[in-house]
Amino acid sequence: MTATVETTAHDQLAALESEAIHVMREVAGEFDRPVILFSGGKDSMLLVHLARKAFWPAPVPFPVLHVDTGHNFDEVLSFRDAVVERYGLTLEVAKVQDYLDDGRLTERADGTRNPLQTTPLLDAIADNRHDAVFGGGRRDEERARAKERIFSLRTAFGAWEPSRQRPELWNLYNGRHKPGEHVRVFPLSNWTELDVWRYIAREGIELPTIYYAHDRDVFARDGMWLTSGPWGGPRDGETVVSKTVRYRTVGDGSCTGAVESTATTLDEVLAEVRESRLTERGATRADDRLSEAAMEDRKKEGYF
Amino acid sequence: MAPDTKRSGAGLVETDLLRLATAGSVDDGKSTLVGRLLYDTKSVLADQMEAVERATQGGGDPDLSLLVDGLRSEREQGITIDVAYRYFATPRRSFVLADTPGHVQYTRNTVTGASTAQLAVLLVDARHGVVEQTRRHAAVMALLRVPRLVLAVNKIDLVDYDETTYLTIAKEFVEIAQSLGYGDSDDTAVVTIPVSAKVGDNVVVPSERTPWYDGPTLLDHLESVPVDGPDAAAPFRFPVQTVIRPRTAEYPDYRGYAGLVGAGTVRVGDPVVVLPDGQRTTIEGIDRFEGSVDSAVAGDSVVLRLADDLGVARGAVIAAADDAPEAVTEFSATLAWLHDKPLVPGRKLLVKHGTHTVQAMITAVLDRLDVQTLAREPDPDGLEINDIGHVAITVAEPLPLDDYDRVAATGSFLVIDPQAGDTLAAGMRA
Repeated sequence: MTATVETTAHDQLAALESEAIHVMREVAGEFDRPVILFSGGKDSMLLVHLARKAFWPAPVPFPVLHVDTGHNFDEVLSFRDAVVERYGLTLEVAKVQDYLDDGRLTERADGTRNPLQTTPLLDAIADNRHDAVFGGGRRDEERARAKERIFSLRTAFGAWEPSRQRPELWNLYNGRHKPGEHVRVFPLSNWTELDVWRYIAREGIELPTIYYAHDRDVFARDGMWLTSGPWGGPRDGETVVSKTVRYRTVGDGSCTGAVESTATTLDEVLAEVRESRLTERGATRADDRLSEAAMEDRKKEGYF
Repeated sequence: MAPDTKRSGAGLVETDLLRLATAGSVDDGKSTLVGRLLYDTKSVLADQMEAVERATQGGGDPDLSLLVDGLRSEREQGITIDVAYRYFATPRRSFVLADTPGHVQYTRNTVTGASTAQLAVLLVDARHGVVEQTRRHAAVMALLRVPRLVLAVNKIDLVDYDETTYLTIAKEFVEIAQSLGYGDSDDTAVVTIPVSAKVGDNVVVPSERTPWYDGPTLLDHLESVPVDGPDAAAPFRFPVQTVIRPRTAEYPDYRGYAGLVGAGTVRVGDPVVVLPDGQRTTIEGIDRFEGSVDSAVAGDSVVLRLADDLGVARGAVIAAADDAPEAVTEFSATLAWLHDKPLVPGRKLLVKHGTHTVQAMITAVLDRLDVQTLAREPDPDGLEINDIGHVAITVAEPLPLDDYDRVAATGSFLVIDPQAGDTLAAGMRA
């Protein structure tokens, strides 16, 4: 055996980055009107960062789409707009509020609007004729997601049909779809929460400030620290206290809980994620606790 | 020589990530084994464990298989219906585990899991030993060129930790693996381990109840087995994904070809050939977002600039000039048929090779593999779901195909239904 080729160190993050960039370029090569789902949260920030890398020195060739529940954290909304401005992105916004105002949707008794996002999302996809929709979903998040493909075919109604999913072999992705159908694409499928944070630290990716520890008035509900906002506040018997907290996920404010934390820097967040004994969805998302099969049901309806 | 955690010799890219696939037949306890790996490596977080404890029937020890049974329809039926991906890490290594179920669509799922695996863990129930599924799984792993095999002889507690039972099963399996080409060298080693996923023997923690076994636990083996990364010494192959043409004030004339290095190494100045047309040129630059680099290896996503303006488009393959595949319109290949719709020779299909999709026709089915005897049955009528066979294919445009055994990245392809769009088969030029 000859020993003429040097060995190159390929760490795990480099491999995950290369895979995600490959997926994005496949979409650019095979679809006409892709879009990136973009909330300003960390996973969607990662998608934008990877898209910038994938097509450099050309600009990101896709618009971004925000499904706005109206229950936003101000810090995240202003961050979203700053990122769009900085990278010259085209922002599309689908507002749940518009659907509530004209009666196409009605507010839920529990006040959470996460399940209401599906209809505006599907309408935005249809109206803008998007044929590929990038999401930041990861297989480590939840059991139903563990079976998700990187290219996930959705019916004309946006539905995920587990039995119709195509086998994915090697790195050959099959994006063929019929008119009206679209493909959800998950470039971060093989990342874990820890990978995401390690990569954010390595790349110096900026995030909304609520991901870092700050003082906030919160109240306890269902074992989570919720905060007051346009979505309402504490009910009778729920006491507001001031805590030092941060958010591990960013979603609809009515059902996204904060965790007690003193992590004010990326390194401290990383250390905390390493030691965390709860999944990020389990810790902070009331919507996934609705039932054992909550995510499976929402995905079948066309959720992310 | 390199230290023993690296493969000796040249050219393999090191990585701290092991991609593995697991396969077993119904009731071998595979979900429990995977759950045990996650649980004992502390990859199960408190809320997941609470959900399992809530869901465990009748109290008692938590049913670890519930950690990995994903969909409600699966939990209701107590089965696994699709490939699921699991992630766990130890201080030594990170793992991506493709968990492939063993009953309906077994070959389809096993082929899918195997296509990206560097190691396969097959399971048998110690009470039943090697069964047809075991042979089939081993045959699929061999076909897909998964380099290494592990046999976990599970439920060893249910045969009273009997050494003779274990040795009999291990011997039979090693013979099957050898007949498939395993065991010739350290790189294709076959390892057998007696385990009880339910109790935990030899999965992560060495068992005192198998004093006759002095080999590694399953996790020890997964942590220490050499990982074959992308082969940097293979001939260079680069399927072009998209052309980067910014046409901005800063980069008015930039033209680069974006892609993932499928095999080998590329350096600035290397002579290359653009396939299928065959124009020759040299590499002028290799660009990444962070800046230009001198070289790139298999697994790297980069942008290549060429010395000559050749009008290269998506679908082309840039390859080493002195070792390039021939572009062919007729070839033979092994197909793993993945779809309920059977193969009917003569129908128009699509072949997706790298980044190029072309019209194709399967003109003849040459043989079908009997996975029980591993014999090849000549001239079958067609192929049905879970069948593996050798076929003759004609494509409408020339494809630069390598033999799969030599360069997997450009030796593999999908067969796609042009109407429904479904993936019908996985193909390997042979």
